[in-house]
Amino acid sequence: MIQADGLSKWYGEKEILREISFSVREKEIFGLIGPSGSGKSTLLRLLDLIEVPTGGSLTILGEDALDGDARFGLRRRLAMLSQKPVIFNRTVYDNIALGMRYRNESQATIGKRVGEALRDIGLPDYARRNARTLSGGEAQRVALARAMVTDPEVLFLDEPTANLDPHSVEKIEETILQLNRDAGTTVVVSTHDMLQGQRLAGRIGVVMEGRIPQIGTTVDIFHKPATKKIARFVQVDNIFSGAITENQAGEATVAVPGRSFSAVTPLGPGSRVSILFRAEDVTIGIDGTSRTSARNVYQGTIKRIIPSGPFVHVIIDCGIDITALITIRSAEDLELAPGKEVFASVKATAIHVLPES
Amino acid sequence: MAGEITDGFIQAFQLIVSGNPEVIRITILSLEISLTATFLSACIAIPLGAFLYYHDFRGKRVVINLIQTLYALPTVIAGLVLFLFISNQGPFGFLHLLYTAPGMVIAQMILVLPLVTGLTFAALSGIDPDMRQTITSLGATTLQSVRTLILEARFGILAAVILGFGRAISEVGAAMIIGGNIRGYTRVLTTAISLETSIGDFAFAIALGVILLGVAVIVNIGLNLVQSGSAWKSSFTS
Repeated sequence: MIQADGLSKWYGEKEILREISFSVREKEIFGLIGPSGSGKSTLLRLLDLIEVPTGGSLTILGEDALDGDARFGLRRRLAMLSQKPVIFNRTVYDNIALGMRYRNESQATIGKRVGEALRDIGLPDYARRNARTLSGGEAQRVALARAMVTDPEVLFLDEPTANLDPHSVEKIEETILQLNRDAGTTVVVSTHDMLQGQRLAGRIGVVMEGRIPQIGTTVDIFHKPATKKIARFVQVDNIFSGAITENQAGEATVAVPGRSFSAVTPLGPGSRVSILFRAEDVTIGIDGTSRTSARNVYQGTIKRIIPSGPFVHVIIDCGIDITALITIRSAEDLELAPGKEVFASVKATAIHVLPES
Repeated sequence: MAGEITDGFIQAFQLIVSGNPEVIRITILSLEISLTATFLSACIAIPLGAFLYYHDFRGKRVVINLIQTLYALPTVIAGLVLFLFISNQGPFGFLHLLYTAPGMVIAQMILVLPLVTGLTFAALSGIDPDMRQTITSLGATTLQSVRTLILEARFGILAAVILGFGRAISEVGAAMIIGGNIRGYTRVLTTAISLETSIGDFAFAIALGVILLGVAVIVNIGLNLVQSGSAWKSSFTS
């Protein structure tokens, strides 16, 4: 469906994208997550054929997307929604109709599709309103409708819900999922919100510093990030450097200054590694004889408790600082408080081992 | 003298109310020439402004600066230059445009073209640059894209055209040099006022002056309507 090989983009002396290669399959929702300024928007503009890459090759819908003669026709089979909705100083109806008018669709078709789209985005009575009078969330929904009504084969979404009200976010995500499910539209969506990536996308490419260092399912990326940078971005709280001291049939012991961990890895003794595990994989017990099968149990003192919605991050000094994420209710049941002695445990299988270069 | 002024106003009022044929003829010719000049200028200047907005080329900044300088081109200089071109000895003398209405239209176009071109360019430049990308992404051809952008900048462009008309109808220098103030053929409001004042027919001059002022007021009201219209429509966005 989309095949990018070695795509690069320079703005003058500045390299924005470096040798990006990936593919998007037919009818999937492919996510691009990465911090702001990592190159996601630029990549989407290359894919939507608004900008031309400095190097590399790009095939979209089986056609060479860098062939100047093919780009116009190809572009009409794609659509894009940008982060900041572009709204024309006309009615909502005219805004949504624009792409269809460019394609010389009949008035009847335009009227029918605009009506359907307005219902889909939850603004059925807005046709005659001046689009400039809409709120940010409504404007973004109108922009989404405008992108949808031309029936694109691929829809690109660049941070479609950044800074929007929760109702609009929900409506936009719902519309995107519905479009993908019912019309079979292939979707490429960029976001810096990992949870949104998880809600929408099957596969995700991580964009960092103009590259895509990892592509995988959300579970892969959350639990087995390919680099420490990715780990930090997907909020893996526990990241420690150490070395493997022994390895018996894949069950290795990793010495970290202050502690040692059991982890699963094929790497042999002497290897310098980082170990990563998520805070929600850490359980807290009051006594050491807990029923868990965890191999790694550490006694420590609670240093801090940081609330996070219905959860709390509990930072436990076990020689090293281990962070656990538990519900507020569990924290209350266990009567956790700074200074309290607890046991933190994490299963060997929950620990991801990364070789350090 | 005070009595003369009062009498002049009273007579002027009578001239207007009674529909003096000479006054009407001069007013209509004025409007015809200036509206034609404005219309033809807009037909050239709006696409030209759009061209300047769309294309980046070397020296573009200089061209824009030059156009902006011409906003203040003295009307007598425009008249003089055109005179040199279309007088019998000039390169376009064979067209016999001197002392004709079409000649005056050309003279006024020289004054209006830079104004509308420059202000059209400015109105388009004021559009969010992301809009161009969005239009491209929506599958517009270049022509469709230009059309959409001009429509988006319609309030600014309309204001430019109205300003251009104001400049055309109120100028006297070029009209006098190129038209020659020939009664019934090239005598317009401004040249007639100039003549009648110099020969002491104040009533006639005042009557024409009131009409010219009336046109200026209408132009100004139109401009305000256009600008408040766009302001009203965009006041909800912030």
